[in-house]
Amino acid sequence: MPSVKLQRLSEAEEGERFRIVKLDIQDGTMKRRLLDLGFVPGCEISVLQKSPLGDPTAYRVSNTTIALRKEESDHIYGERIRDVHK
Amino acid sequence: MSTNEYTIALAGNPNTGKSTLFNVLTGLRQYTGNWPGKTVVHAEGFFTYNNNRYKMIDLPGTYSLYSNSADEEVARDFIIFEKPDVTIVVLDATALERNLNLALQVLEMTSSVIVCVNLMDEAKKKGIRIDTEKLAATLGVPVVPISARNKEGIDTLLKTIDSMVRGKIKTNPIAVRYSPEIEQCIEKLIPRVKEVIGDAYPARWVALRLLDGDMSLLQALQQQPLPSVKEVSIYACHDTAKSV
Repeated sequence: MPSVKLQRLSEAEEGERFRIVKLDIQDGTMKRRLLDLGFVPGCEISVLQKSPLGDPTAYRVSNTTIALRKEESDHIYGERIRDVHK
Repeated sequence: MSTNEYTIALAGNPNTGKSTLFNVLTGLRQYTGNWPGKTVVHAEGFFTYNNNRYKMIDLPGTYSLYSNSADEEVARDFIIFEKPDVTIVVLDATALERNLNLALQVLEMTSSVIVCVNLMDEAKKKGIRIDTEKLAATLGVPVVPISARNKEGIDTLLKTIDSMVRGKIKTNPIAVRYSPEIEQCIEKLIPRVKEVIGDAYPARWVALRLLDGDMSLLQALQQQPLPSVKEVSIYACHDTAKSV
């Protein structure tokens, strides 16, 4: 399987969609928390808005808006899907 | 005795209409307070149906029961230690994939579960169709579609609760299978868990939590009276409120 270079969720821009491939988090509690909230591998989320200072960022995850700080979104890897309509 | 009193716990993700359902069932006869020692709001209410009296507890809305927060601990401890006669898990029909996470966790803890798929009106508007019969067959517990704010499906829900407390419903909750490695550990742990805590708590679930290194559960277990013969009688004396 040709491996696509994975990017961090924190690198995704406003208006883009993002397909999660893996969560690279050692802290079990935090990893579980993110999974519980819907940040599951295979799931597609969209980047709604960055806060004025750039952190945290609001994401749309299975019908709910959830904001993550960079320290979390840095460890969520996947593919950025650029929305051509925006 | 003609009337029995049963306890119902309401669990669900935040914003699934749990409290709306709570208000529909209990009317205005409810009592709000705090969970002892925790700054988490605690609401309980009562209603009567078919000669049975029900006490309903509105658990804090959570995405999970793995004790990441005080809310989750409260919800988990209530289901494990207070052993409600029925636990209703309220799901948001428009976001089932996330909501089912909590449902599966509750099904690991107790078999007296009714799954309530709420916001059916909202789902219909969005063109989402939900096969509740298929869902019930997969989960192994009754699934009732409702719209709490339009008071739809409440009759069916009440009938299902009634059948469950009268023992007319046999549930067979789906058990999540983990990797062979984890399953082997669970098998090894279950006999030891049963040795220590007896049948008071679901052994498979406790074994899973131990593998998880869930310290808050161990602390909560230590605060509970252990179900050894001597202590059971003492516990029973103090436990007048739960008499049926």
